[in-house]
Amino acid sequence: MSILDAKIPEGPLADKWTNHKNKINLVNPANKRNIDVIVVGTGLAGGSAAASLAELGYNVKTFCYQDSPRRAHSIAAQGGINAAKNYQGDGDSNYRLFYDTVKGGDYRSREANVYRLAEVSGNIIDQCVAQGVPFAREYGGLLDNRSFGGVLVSRTFYAKGQTGQQLLLGAYSAMNRQINRGKIQPFNRHEMLDVVKIDGKARGIIARDLVTGKIERHSAHAVVLATGGYGNVFFLSTNAMGSNVTASWKAHRRGAFFANPCYTQIHPTCIPVSGDHQSKLTLMSESLRNDGRIWVPKKLEDAVAIREGKKKPTDLAEADRDYYLERRYPAFGNLVPRDVASRAAKERCDAGFGVNKTGEAVYLDFASAINRYGKEEALIHGNQNPTDKEIYDLGRDVIENKYGNLFQMYEKIVDENPYKTPMMIYPAVHYTMGGIWVDYNLQTTVEGLYAAGEANFSDHGANRLGASALMQGLADGYFVLPYTIGDYLSKDIRTGKIPTDTPEFDSAEKDVKDRIHKLMNASGQHSVDYYHKKLGKIMWNKCGMSRNAKDLESAIVEIAELRKDFWANVKVPGTADGLNQELEKAGRVADFLELGELFAKDALNRNESAGGHYREESVELSGEQKGEALRDDVNFKYVAAWEYKGEPKDAVLHKEDLVFENIELKTRSYK
Amino acid sequence: MKLNLKIWRQANADAKGSMQTYPIDGIDGDMSFLEMLDVLNEDLINKGDEPVVFDHDCREGICGSCSLQINGEPHGPDRLVTTCQLHMRMFNDGDEIVIEPFRAKAFPVIKDLMVDRSSFDRIQQAGGYVSVNTSGNTIDANATPIEKEHADEAFEAATCIGCGACVAACKNASAMLFTSAKVSQYALLPQGQVEASTRVLNMVAQMDKEGFGNCTNTGACEVECPKGISLENIARMNREYLAASAKG
Amino acid sequence: MGILSSSIARKFAMALSGMFLVFFLGQHFVINLTSVIDPDTFNSWSHFMGNNGLVQFALQPVLIFGVVFHFVMGFVLELRNRNARVVSYAKYNGGANASWASRNMIISGLVILAFLGLHFYDFWFPEMIHKYVESNPLDPTRYYAETVHKFESPVRVGLYVIAFVLLAVHLWHGFASSFQSVGFNNKYSVALSKFAKAYAIVIPVGFIFIALYLHLNQLPH
Repeated sequence: MSILDAKIPEGPLADKWTNHKNKINLVNPANKRNIDVIVVGTGLAGGSAAASLAELGYNVKTFCYQDSPRRAHSIAAQGGINAAKNYQGDGDSNYRLFYDTVKGGDYRSREANVYRLAEVSGNIIDQCVAQGVPFAREYGGLLDNRSFGGVLVSRTFYAKGQTGQQLLLGAYSAMNRQINRGKIQPFNRHEMLDVVKIDGKARGIIARDLVTGKIERHSAHAVVLATGGYGNVFFLSTNAMGSNVTASWKAHRRGAFFANPCYTQIHPTCIPVSGDHQSKLTLMSESLRNDGRIWVPKKLEDAVAIREGKKKPTDLAEADRDYYLERRYPAFGNLVPRDVASRAAKERCDAGFGVNKTGEAVYLDFASAINRYGKEEALIHGNQNPTDKEIYDLGRDVIENKYGNLFQMYEKIVDENPYKTPMMIYPAVHYTMGGIWVDYNLQTTVEGLYAAGEANFSDHGANRLGASALMQGLADGYFVLPYTIGDYLSKDIRTGKIPTDTPEFDSAEKDVKDRIHKLMNASGQHSVDYYHKKLGKIMWNKCGMSRNAKDLESAIVEIAELRKDFWANVKVPGTADGLNQELEKAGRVADFLELGELFAKDALNRNESAGGHYREESVELSGEQKGEALRDDVNFKYVAAWEYKGEPKDAVLHKEDLVFENIELKTRSYK
Repeated sequence: MKLNLKIWRQANADAKGSMQTYPIDGIDGDMSFLEMLDVLNEDLINKGDEPVVFDHDCREGICGSCSLQINGEPHGPDRLVTTCQLHMRMFNDGDEIVIEPFRAKAFPVIKDLMVDRSSFDRIQQAGGYVSVNTSGNTIDANATPIEKEHADEAFEAATCIGCGACVAACKNASAMLFTSAKVSQYALLPQGQVEASTRVLNMVAQMDKEGFGNCTNTGACEVECPKGISLENIARMNREYLAASAKG
Repeated sequence: MGILSSSIARKFAMALSGMFLVFFLGQHFVINLTSVIDPDTFNSWSHFMGNNGLVQFALQPVLIFGVVFHFVMGFVLELRNRNARVVSYAKYNGGANASWASRNMIISGLVILAFLGLHFYDFWFPEMIHKYVESNPLDPTRYYAETVHKFESPVRVGLYVIAFVLLAVHLWHGFASSFQSVGFNNKYSVALSKFAKAYAIVIPVGFIFIALYLHLNQLPH
């Protein structure tokens, strides 16, 4: 065994978490008052962790780069949150949620973590409802569910297309309660720029006040990173403009191993790129695949005619349409997991069937759903012989009720009415399953440094199922960290306040200041965005939906060169002692330029196709699954955790073997 | 498309600001308003000037970061959108576009077009929550059925993104729509009942303390709200407030 | 300001005093209307209002308090609201999202205040002097002729018409919005709002009609 110890508790799978909770050390309420915890990031994971820790009595300091915790990017999650409540009576259970998640993640996640996630999923819904989160309800007043890709039950709770917003506002309200009590001290518009280690333990952070430019020292007995994912390494993604890897990367540089960086989720239903000016991509919730059917023209000449504007999608007869997901995956159809749906779209577009100007779009069509719902509604209203218009109007109302805000969003961006003409969609970078390596307690390889939510690597393996990100973020923050961190902090009840006037803080602060100085004083030839876009192009073309050794090798070289160029020639206008958005961006892009290289190295190392990571060298060559991704359980059934050693390409690989005792490894078939 | 931008520039909170003119060319109708500003900033950086500072993050209309008073209206001339969702196809070649920060005493300017909306956070901290601790032992989520109509109305109120357009649009810089949205969400749900009286009293007191103006029912907030939050919420808050005051 | 220290309490007080004045206006209109229907009724009702103890010494002070309160409060609110936006917009397109009437209650209100000055000068002060200073003997038939006489001057009638137009504007926003202020918002709101808007037009137009009618139907000197 390597130095990675996941600290998975003994015992049967279903009892591990309970046993663990029963055995770990607790901190007595009076002592909690003397213990400080820093939480960086205030999204679902950070916000819920901060609130729960403060409720327990710890003194919490939160940090976020936004002007308010309420704006963390969790807010943009649309579709829903999974929980094994089995309210629909369709056979759901903790085990089934666990099984779906491990299978959906292509058997690259840790069994014990995933089971715990499934186990607490129900509590999350209870907690959120108690906080006043307005989930969608049925006419009987009970909670409504919908189904999501990759599963056969309806276990997704939702609040129209704004579930992330409602859950985040729930966590934010819990934070507000603690801020009002003085138990949380919020530091908004602050960015963490380094972790401070004392005697090998994380004891604080260096942060920059983004308004004044002041570099600040903050100490604590433990530090929690809940800073989200690093999808913006691709420049174009569905992440917020400010989403970044900086906090995670600084932790990595200070000794936290970075796990599976190449596991990236490319979401199948995003609005296609319209031009070079594009700054970000917009996701259309996966829930749309419940009712929308995905297709491209069957004949190449139709695709060409559509691209040239000579034909409209509605001109094509049913027989001339290729519902390729339904054709290739009859069992799951349009509800295959995200990675499968994305690759299938890319396959069709690469073959020349794309339907927008750039040839990189497929249709998501609601005509048959409108028709089906319309007929249903007509019957409910006692109309036995409805006209086509009546059917359309009734069906449109149903669709509008379910997805109205998404349709409206689409129309605003694309300037087309999706009720009348099918939506156009294309995959886009959305979520990163990789992240800081953590053990069962969510502790990183640095003692006292924890990672939660998307920032850690833990639960989704090589691919995340829809509506599971919100579940994991809140599970970590509300129900896991508050217990596990107490075990660690129980040793700190006599430590007393951590001073900030120590050599460790001095040196960390100096590092941060030197780096800023360097950024401000480069030769000033190209803007930060210039470099970010270049990095994004390399990542998308060579480390995107489909990867091969040759491209990955060249990506490593190209990124290293680009990084050198960046540090020599980047242009950051203004000064460092005040608000400077370009300086903020420069610092983040500098870290992306290191992460990108590690990303490519990890992708190169993993010579198998697993979940979101697809290696062209590893595909099924024959049989029913011919052409589908081929996993290699003999050689790659492990978590790749990288240790920082200077240049990213010099990172050292540590393997955490994945042990599957409760699930049989199978080929992931959605046929 | 060619445009003439008039933008408020202000070096920091204490500096005196002024409107500056920036001609810009090559703008495409498919660009969002913020992408248009990105183009301007890239130009400014290349020329060695400081780019225009503005708040933005998700760029899909949900985080509430972006603001901007555009041609005299918060989030510009389109309806039910935030500035990041406003597209340049709403404008014509040769247009002059006046871009200012949201103006209110309770939203002081930080730099250029960026304002400090922490007053909103403080209103929420004053009572915008249900006092329930995190535990695995709250009652089952389905133990209390909630009438669908109320749940839906609560949701509609809860969709507020806290952008501040209501304040920016209001001639009185009143924050009633924002505050009432949160008060309403909880007033409509059984979970919010226990603390209903103290919540509304405390939140309104904080709102007044922050220096927002009084509501005079012009309805501008409702029109400009990117999420279409209804004035009904204000009526509900008035009712809740009066009832809570009467209870003493 | 004690009980009026919160913005919602002030809003509520504004609405209540406004509703009271709206009610008074209706009552005033009905009495005035009799002047074009039957001068004798007008005289007898006017005499009652002018000499009934309850009206004079209980209702009249309440009314005056209501008027003064509504105006003072209106000014206070206006000042506070201006103070809520220290730096004003270079460009403010208020017409895009709210009616002129709702944004300019202070202007319509000031015109109404000026009109009230004229109205007091015309009727109320002479009345008070007539009754309480000069202590003239009671004459239940004098009101109609006095009133008609006041509307002889086209300038005065013109001023009255302008004031009533602004009163309509003021009521157009104020009356309907007072229901919102007191928290009334339910299935009857739409109907009530329609009633309020109709009231805002009918009553001022009615007053204008009376003024013009009396102007055109002067009594022989």
